[in-house]
Amino acid sequence: MTPRVVFPNRVLPYLLVAPQLAITLVFFYWPAGQALYQSMLKEDPFGLRSKFVWFANFEKVLSDPAYMNSIKVTTVFSLATAIVAMSVALLLAVMADKVVRGKGIYRTLMIWPYAVAPAIAGMLFLFMFNPSIGTLAVLLRKAGFAWDPLLNGTDAMMLVVTAAAWKQISYNFLFFVAGLQAIPKTLIEAAAIDGAGETKRFWTIIFPLLAPTTFFLLVINTTYAFFDTFGIIHAVTGGGPGKSTETLVYKVYNDGFVNLILGDSAAQSVILMVIVIALTAVQFRYVEKKVHYG
Amino acid sequence: MIGSSSTRTFIAHAVLLLGILIVAFPIYYTFVASTHTLQTILRPPLPLLPGGEFWNNYSEALTGGVNRIGGVGVDVLLLNTTVMALGIAVGKICISILSAYAIVFFRFPLRMVFFWLIFITLMLPVEVRILPTYKVMVDLGLIDTYAGLIVPLIASATATLLFRQFFMTIPGELVEAARVDGAGPWRFFFDILLPLSRTNIAALFVILFIYGWTQYLWPLLVTNHNDMNTIVIALRKMVSFADADTQWHLVMVTAMLAIVPPILVVVAMQRWFVRGLVESEK
Repeated sequence: MTPRVVFPNRVLPYLLVAPQLAITLVFFYWPAGQALYQSMLKEDPFGLRSKFVWFANFEKVLSDPAYMNSIKVTTVFSLATAIVAMSVALLLAVMADKVVRGKGIYRTLMIWPYAVAPAIAGMLFLFMFNPSIGTLAVLLRKAGFAWDPLLNGTDAMMLVVTAAAWKQISYNFLFFVAGLQAIPKTLIEAAAIDGAGETKRFWTIIFPLLAPTTFFLLVINTTYAFFDTFGIIHAVTGGGPGKSTETLVYKVYNDGFVNLILGDSAAQSVILMVIVIALTAVQFRYVEKKVHYG
Repeated sequence: MIGSSSTRTFIAHAVLLLGILIVAFPIYYTFVASTHTLQTILRPPLPLLPGGEFWNNYSEALTGGVNRIGGVGVDVLLLNTTVMALGIAVGKICISILSAYAIVFFRFPLRMVFFWLIFITLMLPVEVRILPTYKVMVDLGLIDTYAGLIVPLIASATATLLFRQFFMTIPGELVEAARVDGAGPWRFFFDILLPLSRTNIAALFVILFIYGWTQYLWPLLVTNHNDMNTIVIALRKMVSFADADTQWHLVMVTAMLAIVPPILVVVAMQRWFVRGLVESEK
């Protein structure tokens, strides 16, 4: 690539990056540094003095059964949300790719949930499914299910997964539709001429060629389930019942703001940072190269 | 083109309709609930069709009903949320387009250092540094201010990366021509670059507006007073499933008011939004 033609100014570029850089330093690097520092401090019970304890907070957090539980909860929650949201969206996108008439209308109706705040999505699902006044809860009970998300941990998990996945369907749908449109029609026609039926064409041609999209969405959905669903958990279950829906992000918030265990909360923040860095690295390493087969 | 039989098309339409039913149902159900009396809502199952209380509920909610149960009027809530969403969208676009402009169209010492400093913030979402960021807000006196709601959320790498990517596709000849014609960097920016970036800006605007409107954790942290609440937070405070006193019909009206504006934005700007979303992330 030839060197870009640029403007010769010396001072102007610094002025141009200054606003973003200033905000980034004040609201990103300074707090992130604080989190790192704080994660190695231990405060006395009255919060008057603190001493430097190296990695003791991390040892404490990582050996805490409640934290292990939270890791398990987060894993189950993220995987379930990603799988549900992606499979529903893929099915709908494949169908939308087939129809000719009404494509635009389907898409318009399909993108609504994208605009709904996760916390509101959570509250709507709780409203529909809460045991005392939720219509769907009443129907479930009439059908013989002992449904109670306020007391039963598994029910609560199903409820937050449903709400989280519902909200993410639009996003995945749009990407799968774009992915499907990018597949050369000639390949599919060639397979059809060779006698491959619709199901076979899907699994041997379309699905493998969609792999980059699918993989990309898997990373995005996991990140979404990790971080953006705080509102759903906070508004719907508050981590309960018991600790059955306490995800990692919710626990950081709860330990820091509600229980005021600063060192632990900071150590958890640092662990989360490591997770995000890993996720981002995976995203860039593999998604940039694109997972594909030919 | 492979001809598809009418049965297959029929199945496709059926699946899609079912999908839309699932996708739209929660929103429709909220609307239905917002048109019934409190008594009807408290005796499930709720009818599938809207009731006759639309005007009563909405006018009650708008004229003080929300104020009574949420401590602050719905106009204030909508204003706060709109200011926050617009502030984030406009602010982020402004600072990102400027820094991307500097990084692509100028050569200066530390250029790549700045780029990486901005890039790394991709990996530091607010959720992972809640407490220290909150402390910075307290130290700067930004609790319960619009600046506190907006400024910390406008510095992130995504928009900058998107503009950078787009700027790199602009041929150098254009810059050269502009310079030969005597245009300085500002002239070039306003007369050439901005018009070329129109679609990208529109797309980003929708995405960021939604992002701002749907924020939860951040407004929860930096607002204490009810009159600085966003509508999402206020809604959360109104709802209590244990409490028999929750005025569900008014809560549902508030929920509709929180849901409808961003949906209108997305649907109205669908073309840019879809393109921006799919292109910016790839």
